[in-house]
Amino acid sequence: MGADIGGGGGGSGQGPLSPPGSVLVLGVGNILLADEGVGVRAVEAFRCRYVVPAAVEILDGGTAGMGLIDLIAGRKHLIIVDAVNAGGAPGSIVRLAGADIVPFLRQRLSPHQLGLLDVLAYLQLMETAPESVTIIGITPDDMSLSLDLSPPLQAALAGIADRIADELTGLGVPLVRAGAA
Amino acid sequence: MRITVDPITRIEGHLRVDCEVDGGKVVDSWSSGQMWRGIEVILQGRDPRDAWVFTQRICGVCTTVHAIVSVRAVENALGLEVPLNAQYIRNMIIAAHGVHDHIVHFYQLSALDWVDIVSALQADPKAAANLAQSLSNWPMNSVQEFTRVQEKLKGFVASGQLGVFGSGYWGHPAMKLPPEVNLLGVVHYLQALDYQRRANQIVGILGSKTPHIQNLAVGGVSNPINPESQSTLTLERLYKIKALIDQLGDFVNQVYAVDVAAVGALYAEWTKYGSGVLNYLSVPDMPLDTKGTQFALPGGYIKNGDLAGMKAITSYQDQYFEKGVKESSKHSWYQSTSGALHPYKGETKPEYTGFQDTGKYSWVKAPTFYDDRAQVGPLANVLAMYALGHEPTKRHLTRVIEIASKVAGAPIPLAALHSTIGRHAARAVRCAVLVETLDQQWNLLMQNIAKGDFDTYNRPRFPRGEIQGFGYHEAPRGVLSHWTVIRDGKIANYQAVVPSTWNAGPRDEKDALGPYEASLLGNPVADPQKPLEVLRTIHSFDPCLACAIHMHDPVNREIVRVKAV
Repeated sequence: MGADIGGGGGGSGQGPLSPPGSVLVLGVGNILLADEGVGVRAVEAFRCRYVVPAAVEILDGGTAGMGLIDLIAGRKHLIIVDAVNAGGAPGSIVRLAGADIVPFLRQRLSPHQLGLLDVLAYLQLMETAPESVTIIGITPDDMSLSLDLSPPLQAALAGIADRIADELTGLGVPLVRAGAA
Repeated sequence: MRITVDPITRIEGHLRVDCEVDGGKVVDSWSSGQMWRGIEVILQGRDPRDAWVFTQRICGVCTTVHAIVSVRAVENALGLEVPLNAQYIRNMIIAAHGVHDHIVHFYQLSALDWVDIVSALQADPKAAANLAQSLSNWPMNSVQEFTRVQEKLKGFVASGQLGVFGSGYWGHPAMKLPPEVNLLGVVHYLQALDYQRRANQIVGILGSKTPHIQNLAVGGVSNPINPESQSTLTLERLYKIKALIDQLGDFVNQVYAVDVAAVGALYAEWTKYGSGVLNYLSVPDMPLDTKGTQFALPGGYIKNGDLAGMKAITSYQDQYFEKGVKESSKHSWYQSTSGALHPYKGETKPEYTGFQDTGKYSWVKAPTFYDDRAQVGPLANVLAMYALGHEPTKRHLTRVIEIASKVAGAPIPLAALHSTIGRHAARAVRCAVLVETLDQQWNLLMQNIAKGDFDTYNRPRFPRGEIQGFGYHEAPRGVLSHWTVIRDGKIANYQAVVPSTWNAGPRDEKDALGPYEASLLGNPVADPQKPLEVLRTIHSFDPCLACAIHMHDPVNREIVRVKAV
């Protein structure tokens, strides 16, 4: 494994993650619509809570579609953090990956809604898609016009940041909490 | 018979279109925005210098354009001039964004309405490459490239992973292209993915960050210019941009414009459908001076298709534009008691009442220009630029029409532009003009820097009391305007009149149909369960309802609901 990712032995079976930005943690959503923007707020919280190693890039993707192609192309792993309508109490976290994501992609990948999942399909056509894509989804509460998250989502941010950290650890990128010298 | 297509957009937003079909033709239609956009409300009471940061979050497709128009509106209210370097840098950003948007619209968002992917599998790659070479000198029209793409497509189909191609209307009776032309379309579809990235890279370099640019400021841009320093806009970065501009020029002129002309010629009957509203509104753009009185690209208002009688809009202070815009809520889900309102007086008080054919049926308001509906978008802009004698527009339009006439084997008149296909042709022409403008603005910036002018910013000063202003931009989907009232340095009112509001709006104060609705009258529909022809006409406008909610929904559901009753 790459020495610049904290010397983690990982043992995940993945290839080395030494090139900077091998993993993209992409927060998406509309921050003008309260919890719709939880993905963006969660990656901000992650950035404050952890020391982000060079192998990882954090990005606020907003609601962009095609504009993200260039930013995702060539990454080894992609972790998307987004509001997901998966039921459960507001703030609950669902993880979609691997086989879970395939039927999900098929469902939504259509010429009729050009979103993030279409972007992934275009990357496949261009043969520059990430090896793995994981979605960390958070159940929203309030989607009305506001720049602030609802109280349950605000309370869930630290936990979501920790889930992002777990995900990265699983990819062979161990993390250190900010301020924990 | 009534058909409902919901949602109809391939991109952000929720547009529903209802059609009454009789004898295989649309006889009445309703365009309905299915989502409330009240983003303006969030800006009230804020610092006007920050408004652009929020407005660029309105939509995921049009981040840049809402940012630019917002700073223009505040500058207009202040009477603030913008340094030349800042104008050139902004112009390059919006031109590059426009080029990106137009390429993506034709290939990724609408080509599959006309190009049958499955039929492309049957093509003879050699014949297809020969055909492509007869139309253009594009080096990537080789037999090897066509064979490689066809093999790749076969692989996708064999693995069942049609992905983005999964839900097209393959084999529909309205699909008329020969297999070789379909393959040509697929080859260029894939190449377009690569070239649209290059346009976005220009936005990223100048805007300091994508997807949300960071370099704007009320009064200019925050790009420090220093040809020597690594951390600023250096010559190295400027030459990287120049290389990208040249590559885009090759693709747009040798591929995009040619494909639109050829596909349009092979679907010539579609020049008879889709005209609708013949009042066309566009605005000048790419300011060449600090005040916004001279522009690289002209614009104006054409009433009832009369190019000779058109009226130009000439400056950022233009009263003819400022006074002409109103919005009606008579058929929209808002409280509406006082008739159509000017945007400075605009109200956004939602009142949902359900879908009523003769009453309220949309979240979109109905804008008017001097009380008439107007179509906006590249067609409106290209007609205006043509009528005002803009040389590059004339040159590119003449070329596209010549190629189309050659493929059709008959001369195609200028009037064919008032149609579904005409909107695609005009968009390709505008894209070619934008690449040229991008190059021109690059040269102007370099010349100005060479003179030793590194200015990029004039500091705004907000007076006590109330001021108001508007800003406009000829965005990829047409006229975008922001209107703001500022009281004691804080935003008191803010309204965005977006291009898709002009085109997708419902009936107005006088019950006149909006451009989408009017364009569908007489449109053919062979199979009400598969209303491909309706999508063709609506997609030709590049529909996008700028509201940008996009939540993943893991619950299985159909992508597009077509209901025929």
